[in-house]
Amino acid sequence: MKPYNWIRLLITGLVVMLMAGPAFSADDAANGEQAPGRTMAQQATKEKKVWVTVDHANVSALQKKFKSGPEVTQACLSCHSEAEKQFHKTIHWTWKAGATENGAVRGKAGHSLNNYCISANSWQDKGCLSCHPGWGNKTESVNCLVCHGQKDINWEEAFTDFTAFSESDDPEEKEIADEISGEIQAAVVAVSRPTRKNCGSCHFYGGGGDGVKHGDLDSSLAKPNKKLDVHMGADGQNFECTRCHTTTMHNIAGRVYTQPAYTDRKSLIEDDLASKITCESCHSAKPHKVGSKANDHTDKVACQSCHIPTFARVNPTKMSWDWAQSGKLKDGKPYKTKDEFGKHDYLSIKGQMKWAKDVKPEYAWFNGSIDSLTAKDTIDPSGVVKLSHAVGSPDDPNSRIYPFKVHRGNQPYDKINKTLLVPLLSGPKGYWNDMNWDRALRLGNKAVGVPFSGEFGFVKTTYVYPSTHMVAPKDNVVTCTECHIQKGSRLAEIAGVYMPGRDKFQLLDTVGWLAILGAFFGVCLHGLGRVFTSNGNGRKEG
Amino acid sequence: MTAKKMTKMYLYTRYERFWHWLQMLLILILLVTGFEIHGTFELLGFATAVEVHNYVGLTWLIAFAFFVFWLLTTGEWKQYVPTTKKVLAVVRYYAYGIFRGESHPVPKKKHAKHNPLQRLVYLSLAAAGLPIQMATGFLYWSYNSWEAWGLGWLSLDVLAIIHMIGAFGILQFLIIHVYMTTTGHSISAHIQAMITGWEDVEEGEVVEEWEKHERSATAT
Repeated sequence: MKPYNWIRLLITGLVVMLMAGPAFSADDAANGEQAPGRTMAQQATKEKKVWVTVDHANVSALQKKFKSGPEVTQACLSCHSEAEKQFHKTIHWTWKAGATENGAVRGKAGHSLNNYCISANSWQDKGCLSCHPGWGNKTESVNCLVCHGQKDINWEEAFTDFTAFSESDDPEEKEIADEISGEIQAAVVAVSRPTRKNCGSCHFYGGGGDGVKHGDLDSSLAKPNKKLDVHMGADGQNFECTRCHTTTMHNIAGRVYTQPAYTDRKSLIEDDLASKITCESCHSAKPHKVGSKANDHTDKVACQSCHIPTFARVNPTKMSWDWAQSGKLKDGKPYKTKDEFGKHDYLSIKGQMKWAKDVKPEYAWFNGSIDSLTAKDTIDPSGVVKLSHAVGSPDDPNSRIYPFKVHRGNQPYDKINKTLLVPLLSGPKGYWNDMNWDRALRLGNKAVGVPFSGEFGFVKTTYVYPSTHMVAPKDNVVTCTECHIQKGSRLAEIAGVYMPGRDKFQLLDTVGWLAILGAFFGVCLHGLGRVFTSNGNGRKEG
Repeated sequence: MTAKKMTKMYLYTRYERFWHWLQMLLILILLVTGFEIHGTFELLGFATAVEVHNYVGLTWLIAFAFFVFWLLTTGEWKQYVPTTKKVLAVVRYYAYGIFRGESHPVPKKKHAKHNPLQRLVYLSLAAAGLPIQMATGFLYWSYNSWEAWGLGWLSLDVLAIIHMIGAFGILQFLIIHVYMTTTGHSISAHIQAMITGWEDVEEGEVVEEWEKHERSATAT
């Protein structure tokens, strides 16, 4: 009969429909097939062995007794003739990143400021120079070995000792001089592409200590395991920083200071010379298994938002710094206290700090650019001043919801000029010497050429760091309901996108449920009415 | 009021019954998973609820296409042609007459399974409510393809509102519909009819001979 065939066909169709989805994914798992994004990334990075054609131990220019740092650099340049010229143009050397509309210069060596040690005061604060890649505290000759040297050595001490001993007539001291010279030479020839340790020597310790600044960059990444970072894990891919931070003429990709680290989202499949700085470069824009809901998120949500559930997972990071609390004395002397992590949570010369571990990021729309204030910008001190903030909007197709560490500060500002102030901190006339705000602010602002009225107060500020390192293994990602939930959503502050589970229209819900209740009580009453009129089912039986 | 003898009439074909119960199953699953996704309660877990809702929703789209085909090819669509005749009588019956033990003003017939009120309700559901729910659901599901399909101007907020209104509407219908099944000659008469296909009708109504015949043939 016709109807039978119909039904059979329909049931078969429906069963196939219902079963097809789950059956496919189960098959995938059973066959051990992996997400396409992973396969692509493995292809992009499979050439692990970096090979070289030079053994620097055999280079004749390096077979000498080096007496000073600049002399080492000259030896490097005798072969790498363009290296210094190239490097002198990079932000790693200049610490400057272009001018703003009001004539301020961006960068640590310019008018940029943060809410940690605030400013480098145009090189006047010598403390900051410990991270500048020159010899000693000077800004003349590049120290190639900061980034390329693989031996731990105190250069300054070594050169001083060598000079002292080699000038002696004592044969024993001459021998010591030869020994030191040998050590120096061994360190000079032990060069390679930069390793995690080289980059980390500054970037893990930004702000003057381990993990102070970024939250996703600290000494735990020198030799991380896979759990801390799937890419850099020594027990896994063991990536060096340069695997993603690719370099062109000593310019290293990845800066987000003023301009995006990337301007177009390209994978290596679309362009095999594309920089590898984005996740998409290697993993593509649809990296998850075909049909996975996660692939539908990549147009609005950055990979980092789900794959970095928390930052500072091993070492704590600084979350706030209140300069207004500095200057307190105990028994007439400056003092320090430590928190549960063994980190200073109060120092008389610096103020109150808060450290935290395993921190959930805050989220914002981000197109890859950070907008930041300089010492020349006027501020509105009545609210929290956004010293730096993510640029982006839900309407911008290049923006994604992105995770950030937000560092909260309370720092000096000029009450008359309405500008943020840049105190000089280190040195004999710095604030850290005798905690004299007035002089520190005067000298600091003078150094950057911005007027200071003499009247200052403190203003609350925020400073953001995009989180992109410490990518967790795929089993440890942010789950759906950490965002798709009405209360306590990680994305509670994210506007401009409707998220099922997080969003609702309260009026509709109220009216809707009232209607449901109305229907329910309506039929209950109707039913009771039938019971009491003894006409349970309509027709009377006679 | 005189007692009328009851007899049976074959009212719902096999496909119609199958479609009814399949639809019930799909709608129940969609309501439960839908409200879970909305954040009303937690049952399957958000991810599973989304996946089930998607698969069942697509299944419903296909099943509904079969239903439309059936409506058109069998001429059953005529059952849904709206009428204002006796609507008020039916309303009056449910609001008043039913408590007085009156007979239903529009008894079921082979070619008029739905009373005028049902016609209005089912037509608005089958022709408007459900299609809107299916369209918004399908668009919701295909959100990531909007740009490619030239639908970038759509607003997910608005779509979500319409889909939620539909959900509340269907849940409300479900409650009243289930209650109404108890208003037959016995509490379970209407439900039995939707299972077996045979509905109780009062004797004296026009019941065609072949219908009775088939019943007795199947019964023995």
